[in-house]
Amino acid sequence: MDLRLQLVAIAVSGALFLFVFELVRRRRLMERYALLWLFSTGVLLALAVWTNALEGISGAVGVAYAPSALFAVAFGFMLVLLLHFSLVISRLTDQSKVLAQHVGQLREKVDELTAEASERDGAPREDDRQPLARAGGERS
Amino acid sequence: MHRLLAIVPAYNEAAAIAATIDDIRRKAPGWDVLVVDDGSTDNTAGRATTTGARVIRHPFNLGIGGAVQSGYLFALENGYDYAVQVDGDGQHDAGYLPEMLGRLQSSQDLNMVTGSRFLAEDREGYRSSAPRRLGIRAFSWILSRITGRAITDPTSGLRMTDRHGIELFARDYPHDYPEVEAVLLLHAHKLRAEEIPVRMRPRTTGRSSITSSVSVIYMTKVLLAVFVGLFRTRPNVDPGDNAAVSAEASL
Repeated sequence: MDLRLQLVAIAVSGALFLFVFELVRRRRLMERYALLWLFSTGVLLALAVWTNALEGISGAVGVAYAPSALFAVAFGFMLVLLLHFSLVISRLTDQSKVLAQHVGQLREKVDELTAEASERDGAPREDDRQPLARAGGERS
Repeated sequence: MHRLLAIVPAYNEAAAIAATIDDIRRKAPGWDVLVVDDGSTDNTAGRATTTGARVIRHPFNLGIGGAVQSGYLFALENGYDYAVQVDGDGQHDAGYLPEMLGRLQSSQDLNMVTGSRFLAEDREGYRSSAPRRLGIRAFSWILSRITGRAITDPTSGLRMTDRHGIELFARDYPHDYPEVEAVLLLHAHKLRAEEIPVRMRPRTTGRSSITSSVSVIYMTKVLLAVFVGLFRTRPNVDPGDNAAVSAEASL
């Protein structure tokens, strides 16, 4: 592999690895989501440094130009990462649905209890159920 | 009179939860019991409620870290002075609570007491399976190196903290497989922890939250967390700091 190309590959994957590590250190990225990133950038970095392995891989799968193999490996990791995100998003979507439903149930219960309490106080008040405040809006 | 809270995280422990609560009531009568039902699909919450314990129900499973932190949040909000974690599966013997509390109260600068399975000299009681013991051994070696104290059972879930520990854990508690990281968290905040020898029972019902297939991933994750933690200058959140998880200042 061309030395210039190798240096660029090392610099890019190395920088990405350090950036991900720094994000974890600053607690902006959770460890459980960092593992896959660190693993893929680590492998890419290793292949960029150790060109024999890269040439071995490209030879084995019949890629004539070794840097293309590096590209293919990177592409493979991208696909896995994207799929991983889809899985995470699916889980989060489901969880936020469940959360909203539970908040709804609790709200109904609170309204019910408030109504009961005001009935018991004898002061027939108007229904003080209010529409949910919109995000960013003010409650009247 | 100090206010004492026993936090019992439980996930699908309907068969064991009542006995666990009963055990605490009998052997440590001064403790209020709070069950954190972490999204169980069985009748764990129902069984716990009928015993008269307070129950927090999570709408879905957050994992042991989220469940325990819910308990600490409750302890903080309700002004408890001491909190202890007791697993809902009945592995922990509540008979140790008085001894742990005595230890915490008798020494001024002690903030957490952990029950260790590996301190006892007789080697009796439940000491986990062989492959897990290997993992525990590894973590115990690493943590002892980092903290400069002997930590023999870093994964023990039987731990009691004072108000400082409650405040810290309510604000910031690790996610999955949190016991190991919690030890480091305490250390980073210069809070002191100690271990006492305990015997644990093997679980009789239910399943462990850590199956062998995910435990390798967990171990890697915790190792990463421990390793990254070494590079944090201000590792954790103190009062007045920015929140641990904040929408501000994100990319």
